[in-house]
This record gives sequence, C-alpha cells and structure tokens, in this order.
Amino acid sequence: MPILDARDVHGGYGGMNILNGVDMAIEADEVGVIVGPNGAGKSTMLKAIFGLLHVSQGEIRLRGEPIHNLSPHQLVQRGMGFVPQEHNVFPSLTVQENLEMGAFLKPANVGRMLGQVFAFFPPLKDKRRQPAGELSGGQRQMVAMGRALMAEPSLLLLDEPTAGLSPRYMNDIFARVREINAAGVGILMVEQNARQALAIADKGFVLAAGQNRFTDTGAALLADPDVAKSFLGG
Amino acid sequence: MNELVFFLNNVVIAGSVTGSIYAIGAVGVTLVFSIMRFAHFAHADIMTFGAFMVMLLATAFPTAGAAIGVPAALVLLPVAMALTAALAVGIDRAFYKPLRAHGVKPIVMVIASLGVTLMLQGLIRLFSGTGGQSLYVDDRKEIFRLTLPLEGVRVPVVITEPQLYLFVLTIACVVGLHLFLSRSRLGKAMRAMSDNPDLAQASGINTHTIVAVTWVIAGGLAAIAGTLLSLDVTFKPDLSFFLLLPIFAAAIVGGVGHPFGAIAGGFVVGFAETLAVFNWGVLLRPFRDSLPEWLAGAGNLAFVGTEYKIVVPFFILVAILVWRPTGIFKGKVI
Amino acid sequence: MDKTRPDTVAAPRRFPLREVVLFAALLLAVLGVYAVMGAAYSTRMLVEAACYAILALGLTIQWGYAGQFNAGVMGFVALGGFCAMTFSVPVNEAFWGSELPGELGRVLLTMVAAALVVFGATRLDRLGVPKALRTLIAVVLAMVLYLVVINALRDVTDQIEARAGFIGGLGLPVGVGWIVGGALAGGVGYFIGRVCLGLRSDYLAIATLGIAEIIKAFLKNSDWLTRGTATVSPLPWPVPAPAEVGFTLARALYLSVTAVMIAVIFFLLTRAYYAPWGRMIRAIRDNEVSAAAMGKDINRRRLEIFVLGCILMGIGGAALASFNSLFDPQGYLPLNHTFLVLVMVILGGPGNNLGTLFGAVTVYIIWIMSGPIALYLMELAVTLGQASFGWEAPTNLDSRALQARVFVIGLLITLVLRFAPKGLLPEKVIHHG
Repeated sequence: MPILDARDVHGGYGGMNILNGVDMAIEADEVGVIVGPNGAGKSTMLKAIFGLLHVSQGEIRLRGEPIHNLSPHQLVQRGMGFVPQEHNVFPSLTVQENLEMGAFLKPANVGRMLGQVFAFFPPLKDKRRQPAGELSGGQRQMVAMGRALMAEPSLLLLDEPTAGLSPRYMNDIFARVREINAAGVGILMVEQNARQALAIADKGFVLAAGQNRFTDTGAALLADPDVAKSFLGG
Repeated sequence: MNELVFFLNNVVIAGSVTGSIYAIGAVGVTLVFSIMRFAHFAHADIMTFGAFMVMLLATAFPTAGAAIGVPAALVLLPVAMALTAALAVGIDRAFYKPLRAHGVKPIVMVIASLGVTLMLQGLIRLFSGTGGQSLYVDDRKEIFRLTLPLEGVRVPVVITEPQLYLFVLTIACVVGLHLFLSRSRLGKAMRAMSDNPDLAQASGINTHTIVAVTWVIAGGLAAIAGTLLSLDVTFKPDLSFFLLLPIFAAAIVGGVGHPFGAIAGGFVVGFAETLAVFNWGVLLRPFRDSLPEWLAGAGNLAFVGTEYKIVVPFFILVAILVWRPTGIFKGKVI
Repeated sequence: MDKTRPDTVAAPRRFPLREVVLFAALLLAVLGVYAVMGAAYSTRMLVEAACYAILALGLTIQWGYAGQFNAGVMGFVALGGFCAMTFSVPVNEAFWGSELPGELGRVLLTMVAAALVVFGATRLDRLGVPKALRTLIAVVLAMVLYLVVINALRDVTDQIEARAGFIGGLGLPVGVGWIVGGALAGGVGYFIGRVCLGLRSDYLAIATLGIAEIIKAFLKNSDWLTRGTATVSPLPWPVPAPAEVGFTLARALYLSVTAVMIAVIFFLLTRAYYAPWGRMIRAIRDNEVSAAAMGKDINRRRLEIFVLGCILMGIGGAALASFNSLFDPQGYLPLNHTFLVLVMVILGGPGNNLGTLFGAVTVYIIWIMSGPIALYLMELAVTLGQASFGWEAPTNLDSRALQARVFVIGLLITLVLRFAPKGLLPEKVIHHG
C-alpha cells in the first residue's frame, strides 16, 4: 500500500482553483519530487496534503486512511511532517528549543531524538544555544528539517528545501534528504532545481496548470526528451 | 537629609509600587497580544475583577489568614486567581473565539474587548456599588516607619505591609514567568506560537491549548496586580480606566510581545508618573539661601499636578510611537 | 431616500424593503414615545438623538469608510462642547476689566517664546553641536522652561479664579462656537492621526482613548477656563429659547436646525462616498497593499478621513452642549459619549450613512427608555423578593439599575460583532461597471 495516495485533488484559495485534478502516490521508502513551472500548483499541492488548504474535490489517503480535512496537528500525530519554504524556524527560540517544538506531541522522545538530529546535522550541535534567527540560510534549513524529524515522521513534506541556498549547501541538503530517506522516512518535496532533485528521486511528478503532465521514475523523466525540452530548460 | 528621605518615600517607594502593578498588568497585555495579535482592552477590568473576587472571598472568610498572621486577602488570592483565570478563559470561549474562527481583523477583536470591558464594569458595579472599599476586612494594615540612623534625619522611611507583599510577589511573578517561558514545554510553545503561529501548528502544537494557557496566565497575573493595587489603596470598581493607558503604554514601551520588556516598561511608566508629580522644589529647599531668588521663590516645581497624572503615560506612549514604535526592546508586530 | 444611483451598475435597482420596514418601525417607536411621554420630552429626546446622529456620522466615516477605530469620541465631543460654551456665553467684565487678560497674554507669549527656544535647541546640530549634546541641551532646556512657564501660568490662573471666577465667554453667535468646535476637534484629530495612522489600528484605539481622558481631565481641572466642576450654564441657543416660545416649540425649532445640519452632512457625505475620493478611501480600507501599489498616498487619505470624522464629532458635541444649555466637563463619560456612539454605528451599519442615522435614533431611544424600564424591573424584583422571602434590597437601587445599562451596551457590542457584523443596514458593496 502506498504511504501517500492522492487522487484527483482539486483545491485553491478563496474560490480560485489552483489544483485541477492532481494524482500523486509514493511508497513508504521512496523519495517523490514535484517539479514544474511557476504557478503550476506545486507548493499548493503540498499544502493541500498537509491540511492547510481546503480540498474541494478528490481524495488524499495516508497509509490507506483518508486524511483530507484533518488539521495539521492531527496530521503530525499521524506521522506526517512538513517543512515550509519560508519562515520555517522560530527566530527568537534557540536551535535546541526549535527542535524541541518539533517533538511537542512526543515529549518523552526529546532526548533521544535530539541526539539523532544533532548526529544528522552536526553544525547544529555547536549552535544549539543560539537563537535560530541568527543562523545562515543553510543552517536554518537544517533546523527546519531537524524540527520536522523530531516528531519521527513516516512521511516528510519539503517545500523547496534548497531555495536561495548556495550550490555547496544545496548538494549537502540533497545528500541529507537521501540519508533521511534511507533511515526509513518517505519524502515528498517540491523543487526548483529540477535536474538535481530528479537525480535523487524514485518518483517524479511534473505539474503544469494544476494537473499532472508527466509521472515516472526520476531517471526516466530526466531521460525523456519532452520533459527535458519543456521543463528542464533544454 | 530630610528632603532626601522625602524623595525616597515619594519617588523610590511610590514609583516601585506603581511600577510593579503596571508591570504585572502589562505582562498580561503583551502575552495576549503576542499569541492572539490584538490589544486586549478588557485587561484592566479583569484586574478589577480579580480584586473584586478577593474582596468577596475576604468578606466571606475574614479570618482566613489569622493563623499565619497575614491578611485574609492574601491567603485567598490563589482562589481569586483561579476564578479570574477561569473568567478569562470563559470570556475567550464566549466572545473572542467565535470572532477568531471567523477570521475577523484584529481591530474587531479590540472592539469586542471594549464590549467585554463594559460588561465586566457593569457587573462589578451592579454587585459592589460604585464606592471604594478596603480589602483589609478584618485585618489591620501595618505601617513600618524606619528612622535612618543619621544625624539630623527626623523623617522616617515609610513602607506599608501591602507594599512589602507587593515587592515579594512581583519578584516571584517575574522569576516564575521566566522559568515558565524558558524551561517548561508549554512556555516554550507559547514563545514559538508568538514567533510564528503557522509553523507552531505545523509542528503539532495545539494552538487552542496555547490560547487557553495564555488566558490562564494573563488572568492569574491580572488578579495579582488588581489585588495588590487594591490592598495598597482601596478597591474601586472604576480602577480600570486609570489603569488601561499606563498598562498599554508600558507594554508598548517594552516592545509588544516581550514579557520582560513589559516589566521594564511598567517600571518606566510607574517611575515617570511619580517623578512627574513630585515637587522638585523640595530638593532645592536645603540650598535655599544660596539660590537665586526666582528659583528659591518658586513654590511648586512639579511637572504636572496629580490631577493630570494620566498625561504622563500618554506622553510616553506618543513619544515612543513617534520615535521608536517597536519599543525599547524591539517588539514584534507593528 | 432612495440610495440606488445610476453608477451602481452591478447592483440592480430594487425596492428598498429593508430600509422602509426598519424606518417605519422606528417611526412607530417615536410616535409611541410621543404618546406615552408627551411632546416636550419626546422632542428633547429627538434633538439629542439628532446631535448623536452627527457624532455617529463622524464615527461611521472613520470606522465604516476607512476602518479606523476611534475609541475617544468623548474627547472630541467635549472639545466641541467647550467651544460652544466659550464662544457663546456672555463676556465676563470682572475678568476683562482687570489687568488679568494682559498677564495671561504675557504668559502665553512666554510660552510661545519658550517653544521657539526649545525648537531652536533641537536644531543646534546644524551649528556643529554633537547630536547627543544637542539632545541633552534640548531636553534640559525644555524641562526648565516648561517649569518656568507652568509656574507663571499657575499664578495667573489662580488670580483669575480668585478674582473673576473664570475668563468667561466671548458673547458671539452660537454658530461660531460650533464651527470653531469642529475645527478644534479636527486639529486634535490631526495630531493623533499624524502619530498613529501609519501604525497598526490598535494603537489608534489606545491613543484616542487616552487623549479623550486627557481632554476631559484638562477641561475638568481648568477652573479658570471652564469653571470645572462648578459647570457653566445657561448656554444660549441659536433659536428662540423655551422661555420665549415654550418648551415644545423651542425644541422643535432646535430640532429643525439639527435636521438641516444632518441633511447637509448626509448629502455631502453621500456625494463624497461615490466620488473618486470615496472609492479611494474604500480601496485603502479593503486592500491597503494594492492601493499603495497603485500609487495612492494612503497615509494622507487616512489622515483626511480621520480629521473629517473628528470635525463632525466636534460639531455634534457643540450642538449637544448648546442644547443641554450646560457645560459640565464631568458629565462627559466614555459610556455615554464613546460607546453609545459606537453601538449606534455598528448596529446601524458602518459605512452606510442611512444605516448610521437609523442606528443613532434607534439606539438613543432604547438608551433613554432603558433607565426607567430597568428601574421598573428592579422595583418589581424587589417587591416580589420582599413578598416571597423577605429579601432586603440594597438601598442605592436606582444607581445600580443604571449600571445595568453599562452591561447591556457591552453585551450589545459583542453580540452585534458576532451575529450582525455588517449592521442592520449593511453597506452596499458596489461594483463599478
């Protein structure tokens, strides 16, 4: 059974539909990557999955259980994690406090998970008493991902984790995503850096105008000349 | 030297008393603002309500504190705090939550809180009448006079019993609040929600719980502040209109959303008030002989008369809005 | 009073059923009051309601048109009342005949000079003085000069109070005071607006609440200017006084004066609402960011509308004080002069002038009638209580019955916000074709 199975999802903001029937399914051990032009509804789809947006039609299931119209904190309880693109840390809280907030629903796990996250993102350990607002963009992204991992999610949604980062950090983040996935967490992420992202993707979804255009393995999409021509800049 | 003691009594002690009360009140305002993003005008009336609860309880059990030698009002304060916290949560459920669920603009919440202000005032006056009453129902208000062991000092330093309780409780509140916000899980979640409510929700923090906790804390602190003020002077149902402006000025001076800024702001406003109404001519008296005549002859060198005390917080408010709207500690949302 | 206009393309003409029904009900209520309470009493109530309607129109353009919440209507009303008093009451010979006016003038000149000196000190940095030093000099200078001026002023005002009572009026026609009252209220509004309108709307509420209390404190304690708690009365009327033509006729004449004022204000406001200026105001209220992006000068428009609202409040307050023929600074209460007006606006329909008029008259009738009704109910409860279980009622029952009104107004505000947030006659959203 796929961990996430979304079928024919319609939705948008204030009566304006942005998603016009999107299908998306990934297995528990896969990395899924959503790419597409600006305004295709990529981030909107993530928000629809995470309950931040009214889904007017269609169905979203987590491990076979319907989840649309559940609130975000109920979804966190059911094992979903979400890292927004912007404003994804609590700036006045220290790094460690940020991470603790991720485990808000599972306070017993805090000590163990802190150790795991620090092992995963070693730079954070040294800065754990520093307010997150003072960190660099790449380090903030680590805090944001670490915060989501603290709840031990089985599915992690990432909204453009590499946006605005230098190439060095970008590769680092992609490597971390693979490692998180290897530890048994399903990943669904939206990415602008389509080539690099598809290279690590088990499944790729190319969206345009709120609908699926291409759906295949990451490698197959990269090899497809149509995809390359229309969406990967030649 | 007598003049200096006079200064100590009228500025240092009086300013600390007023400052403490404003500080505890302003903390509640700033907490509510940082979690729910609106200026809660009914806060001063929640303070009055807390004092009123203490008065009712102290009238019902006038000898509650006799065994340990403290006034009944103080022994019963925790009960009143619980009642006031319950009232604050109840008000939120009944009046603010439906509006929040509707997604109204913050200013509509402000108007609703003014509606709540009137309802509380109406209720309190309906039951207590409009006159002033002492919270010392069966107890005697101790007044300590400390004569300084210095030559030529005849005026004693005067400090009253409720003022001592006030200082102790203020320090306890500040320490307790600090520990709560920096150590406890709920306190950190409150700070997280004040930083970024959407992310707090995405982290699995139940925002309804945090809202309720905020009201409990704000209500409890309001009960303390209202009671201490009423112990120091007397209980009056219309306390709130004299409190509203200073508390908001204090919260804004400290930077809205900063609990410890609000405490600092409370003392700034409290001391500014006492300094402004203090007759500076008193301090010049010892040098009368060596001063030019126009200065020595000036009778009253107070900046404002006590009847214009309310101008002081307003002036501070306007000054801070003009020069530094984020407050001295860089508040959040402007 | 058909409000459908040719430029409301997307809102088709319809019979204004809601308006007709509500105003018919209001007319019935007014007739009912006339039948029960008599013509003189009822006409007085209508004149007061008309004065409140002017206040409510002032608030509806601030809150309804522009989304600015003024929590200090009372202050502007009091300023209007003060001007109405000062300009219309007779000249006080005891004051003007003495040397006191000269001394007062001298103090005022000193005040201007001191202000200029302090202002000059704030510009010292232009002469090469370091900024920190300049600030220090300016602050110290301001404090010292302030003390000097305030002491001089205290001396003169004490003299005035001791020898002449107060400075008295100017004996000018009533209308002059009303106009100056509006101007003065507008001036104070300009000051507050300049400070607060660029910030979150909460700050405007706090600041207006504060300035209202300060204006009241000033008027109450400046005995030399207003006689303070001793109050000034009678104030002359712009129409023949009751002593000349009888209560009902005199009040009816006064009512016609206020009715004409309302009609003029109403006409001008409706014109402005549909004019480009009004559209811009609403655009700013509904979407500030896009209005700014279109190059509108938001803060200037906001300031205009705020000052305009304050001017109306000043005029309404002046008309109210003249009608009461009494200037009592202590009589200005947040409940009667701020929150009552607020209820009128939000119940009637913020942004809808007709709705605001309806709200003003309706709420005022309820307000006036609620006192006697509440007292009656209280007495009934006491009678029943004593009869059934010998309950000893508190003695100051009537003053407590009045407190019930405070509660009811508060409850009304919260209920309207929750269940009828657009009021009984909502503002019609017009789509320009």
